[in-house]
Amino acid sequence: MYSEEHKTYLQKEKRNNILILSTQIIIFILFISLWQLLVYFNIINRFIFSSPFDVIKTIINLYQQGYLFNHIFITIWETTISFTLSIIIGTLIATIMWWHKFIAKVIEPYLTILNSLPKVALGPILIIWVGANIKSIIFMALLISVIITIINVYNGFINTDENKIKLMKSFKATKKQIYTKLILPANLYIFINVLKLNISMALIGVIIGELLVSKKGIGYLIMYGSQVFNLNLVITGIFLLSIISVLMYYLVTYWEKKLIKYQ
Amino acid sequence: MKKILEIKNLNKKYHQKTGEIEAIKNVSLTINEGEFIAIVGPSGCGKSTILSIICNIEKKSNGIIKFIKKDFKIGYMLQDDTLFPWLTVLDNCLLGLEINKKLTKENKEKIISLLTTYGLSDFIYCYPKTLSGGMRQRVALIRTLALNPDILLLDEPFSALDYQTRLAVSDDVYKIIKKENKTTIMVTHDIAEAISMADKIIVLSKRPATIKNIYNINLSNKSNPIENRKAKEFAFYYSQIWKDLDIHV
Repeated sequence: MYSEEHKTYLQKEKRNNILILSTQIIIFILFISLWQLLVYFNIINRFIFSSPFDVIKTIINLYQQGYLFNHIFITIWETTISFTLSIIIGTLIATIMWWHKFIAKVIEPYLTILNSLPKVALGPILIIWVGANIKSIIFMALLISVIITIINVYNGFINTDENKIKLMKSFKATKKQIYTKLILPANLYIFINVLKLNISMALIGVIIGELLVSKKGIGYLIMYGSQVFNLNLVITGIFLLSIISVLMYYLVTYWEKKLIKYQ
Repeated sequence: MKKILEIKNLNKKYHQKTGEIEAIKNVSLTINEGEFIAIVGPSGCGKSTILSIICNIEKKSNGIIKFIKKDFKIGYMLQDDTLFPWLTVLDNCLLGLEINKKLTKENKEKIISLLTTYGLSDFIYCYPKTLSGGMRQRVALIRTLALNPDILLLDEPFSALDYQTRLAVSDDVYKIIKKENKTTIMVTHDIAEAISMADKIIVLSKRPATIKNIYNINLSNKSNPIENRKAKEFAFYYSQIWKDLDIHV
C-alpha cells in the first residue's frame, strides 16, 4: 500500500486536475451566457452577433432540412482526401530527396520559395486551370499542406540517428534496407506529427477552396451566410468547423497511441 | 597464433572546404585469432575511424587491409547501444540476420538460447525501453554476435554508462566474448578499462594518429576485468600509458 505522504500527493494531483477542468468548463459557460445575455439585453446587435440560441436553432433547422450532415460530411471528406494525398505525395518527394542528395540540394531553394508564398494567392488561377469544382478545393488544400509535409518528413529522414545508420551499414544493409528497416519506422512519430499538422492545414485549404468555388460544405455555409447577411449561418459554420477540427485531431491522437506502442 | 587480419600503412585524410585533415598516418597492425586488442588514444585522434575503415563504413585514403579469408564477417558495436526502440529485444537481435537474409529457424533458436544464457529470457519479447543500461548493452552484443562474426569491433562500448554499471557491464561483456571465443578490437579512452580487458594495448598519438607504443599486458592471476584491476602490474601499465598519452589540460 501507499504511504500517507503518497496518498496526499495523489489527492493533490487529482484535485488539481479537477480544478483545471472545471475552470475550463466555467470559462466556456461564462462566455456562452455572457454572449446570450448581451444579446438579450440588446447591448450587442443580435442581427450581427447572432446568439448561442440562434446557433442551436440554425443547426436544428439545417438538420430538419436534411443539409446538416451533408455539409459536414463533404468538408470532412475533402479534408481527408487532401491530407491523405498530401502525406503520400509529401513522403514520396521526401524519399526521393533522401535517396538522391543531389536532387535535394537542387530543389531546396524552390521549396523555400513555395513554402513562403501565400498559397491562397494561387486560388483564382487554380479555379481557371482546374475548374470551379471539388478538384480545385482539393488542389488548394494540397498546395497548402504538401510543402510543409515534404519539409517535415525530409528533415525527419536526414536527422535519423547517425549511429543507427552506421550499425545498418556494418550489417552491410543496402540503401533500400536502410530505408525500409530504419528510416521509415524511426520516423513514425514524424508522420503522426505531420498528420496532426496536416489536419489543420488541409482544413484551412478546404475552407478556402469552398469559400471560392463550392456549392456544399462548411466553407460554403459560411460564404453563403455572409452573402445573404445571415450571420447565424456564418457563426454556425464556424462552430461546426471547430468541432470537426477537434474531432479529427483526437482521432489522430487515438491512432498515435495505438500505433506507437513502444514509447 | 593464427593471423586473421593485417593492416599495413593505413592512411586516412578528411577533406573539407577549409582544407584537409590528416586523421591516421601509417598505422600497421597484425591481429591474431582469439586476441583481445585495445586501442587507446587522446580523444579525437581517429581511433574510431580505424574501426570504421576496417568495417568498410568509411573509405581509407591508402594502405592495405588484408583479411585471412574471403567471407570475413565483422561485428561492430557502437558506443550508443543503437537498439531500435520499435523492435522487441528478439527482433533487434535478428536484425543483422534479416538484413543478410539468413533468418532461419535454427538461427532464431540460437539467438533465443543466447539471450537465455545471458540472463535476458524474461525480456525476449519486450521493447528495449524496459531494459537497464547494462542489459541493453548485452542485447547489443548478442545482436552483434548473431551473424557469427570473425572479429568484433567495439567502439567505446561502455562510455554511455555510469561508472559502476560500466565496471559490471565490461565484466559481463568480457565473459561473453571469451566464452564465444571471439577476436576483439576495442577502442576506448579509458586506460584502466583497456588494461583490465585487453591482451595487447595499442597507444595512439594525437592527430594524425600514429602508433606510439604497443604493450603486451601480462597480469599475474589474470581473470575477469574487475579482478584484473587488483593485479600488481596494473599501476605500472597505467602510468606508462598515461605518460604515452601525454595529456595536458
